Amino acid sequence: MKFMGKKSKRERTQAIEGYVALSPWMFGFLFFYAIPILASLYLSFTQWTLVGSVKWIGFENYIRMFTRDPVFIDAATATGFFVLYSLPFKLVLGLMLALLLNMKLPGMNYFRTIFFLPAVISGVAVSLMWIWFLQPDTGVVNTLLRYVGISGPGWFWDINWALPSVAMMSIWKVGGAAIIYLAGLQNIPAHLYEAAAIDGASKWQQFWRITLPLLTPVLLFQLIIEMIDAFKIFTEAFVITQGGPLNRTYFFLYYFYEEAFRNFNMGYASALAIFLLIVIMSATALVKWWSNRWVYYEN
Amino acid sequence: MKTETLASSRTQEIMDLHKARVGQRNRRALPKNILIYAFMTGLAFLFMLPIFWMASTSLKLPREVFAFPMEWLPSNPQWGNYEEAFSKFPLWRFMWNSTYMVVLSTIGQLISVPLIAYGFARFEFPGKNILFMLMLATLMVPTHIKFIPLYWMFQQLGLIGTYWPIILPEFFGHPFFIFLMTQYMRSIPKELDEAARLDGAGSFTILYLVILPLCKPVLAVIVVFSFLWNWNEFMAPLIFLDDFEEYPISVGLAFFQGRYSVEWHLFMAATLVSILPVLVLYFFAQRHLIGGLSAIGLKG
Repeated sequence: MKFMGKKSKRERTQAIEGYVALSPWMFGFLFFYAIPILASLYLSFTQWTLVGSVKWIGFENYIRMFTRDPVFIDAATATGFFVLYSLPFKLVLGLMLALLLNMKLPGMNYFRTIFFLPAVISGVAVSLMWIWFLQPDTGVVNTLLRYVGISGPGWFWDINWALPSVAMMSIWKVGGAAIIYLAGLQNIPAHLYEAAAIDGASKWQQFWRITLPLLTPVLLFQLIIEMIDAFKIFTEAFVITQGGPLNRTYFFLYYFYEEAFRNFNMGYASALAIFLLIVIMSATALVKWWSNRWVYYEN
Repeated sequence: MKTETLASSRTQEIMDLHKARVGQRNRRALPKNILIYAFMTGLAFLFMLPIFWMASTSLKLPREVFAFPMEWLPSNPQWGNYEEAFSKFPLWRFMWNSTYMVVLSTIGQLISVPLIAYGFARFEFPGKNILFMLMLATLMVPTHIKFIPLYWMFQQLGLIGTYWPIILPEFFGHPFFIFLMTQYMRSIPKELDEAARLDGAGSFTILYLVILPLCKPVLAVIVVFSFLWNWNEFMAPLIFLDDFEEYPISVGLAFFQGRYSVEWHLFMAATLVSILPVLVLYFFAQRHLIGGLSAIGLKG
């Protein structure tokens, strides 16, 4: 009571009004995040087909996942390799593109518009476009390759090329990363470069000593965002490959979708979902921890 | 190859040449710049190739579509393909559904986000920082993994097959938008609030009459992103809708793939139509879009 009395009326109003303002988010958090995630966690220990009763089976789903489910291995492999193929290219090429776009030359805005465009088109339209673009016989890429005497691969329809093809599609959207880098680049004070130039630093040295260190926070941000995004690949598998050929593009979320909404194995699908969540959260934590060694903070 | 010159890059080349001529100081750097421009132009062609190919195919005769070796351009552009695509696929229906979803979702964000952000930006109360961190952490959670409990929940409410499962969550604020708006509101001087308070305005009057009018740039970013994301959304409508008539354009197109995949000229026309609203928005709202991305890039 004494404690309450000490608080001014203003402070109490502040708190009440603050909670009122936040109430939509708190409600949304409860019903669209907290409860569904906890429910998924619970369901991952059960067997359930959406109708009928929920049957508790303990760790059975997880045991099945890790010991006797070859499709799980396929899905994890496909997703892992997709992340490995697309992420480094997106980060490095995105930076290179941003450096080019950052040059103080007239007309760069037009290039920015062009390179950023692929990043705003939908997954479905892009997938359809690329199915047609990479046709083995009549597609543009293989025709161009034929001009220079190379017989192009079967892209999405080839066991070894399906996954790289999907990665290539994703790298096509590198403009999205480049735009964020660009914002970071333009935030670097010009006087640093001027000072370095007076001291006789070459462009190359300026890049390694000024640009890159000052860009590391943006790099970290990009790494996390793009990584989470890569783990969530789904549409391409659904529209283009249906997971094939030979499960080479059977991405994790696609497996989740098939288990949950085609086979109605809700318990097992929930276990898959929880596994993906844990993977994403640990990968993010790991990257954050690792970043302490290389991210440069001004203060 | 020269046939696929895009109008915009041609204009840009002309403008650049003009500017380069005008700029006296640039004269010495010209050869190097030409190299850079040549490289960028080449790269731009490469990036635009899939889109060009879609556009070219959409104007071809059926027999030209599978011509071997392929032809870069249709001999005689078949604009009638678009008419045929509209009659073959219920494109109007799909696009209307998408528009409906987009508009309601965006309204939801515009109602909820300013209020929530105001709470984070202007009030002191116990647990605020933890709640803010929690809000940011939800950005990490893939929406998809919550679909099973949500499906069950909406099924109990009898809402499967309606747009509610897709639209309703949008009325509680997207964490990315909340973050963006909170940061922006924090940059607005508190003296404005104080002045309004002295004039007798309550907290929520201050939000809607003083602060929100200053937040137009963020509101624009919200509208643009909400449009893009919802127009492109695929998995949620795929799961929560069960009637073909209700499908948005993303799911509708995917649905037709495999059924009509032989008629690629019509299919490419439909695909192009499906991204047209996005393209139009992109060219008009680029500045906001890039501004929004920059904001996360800098503050992330």
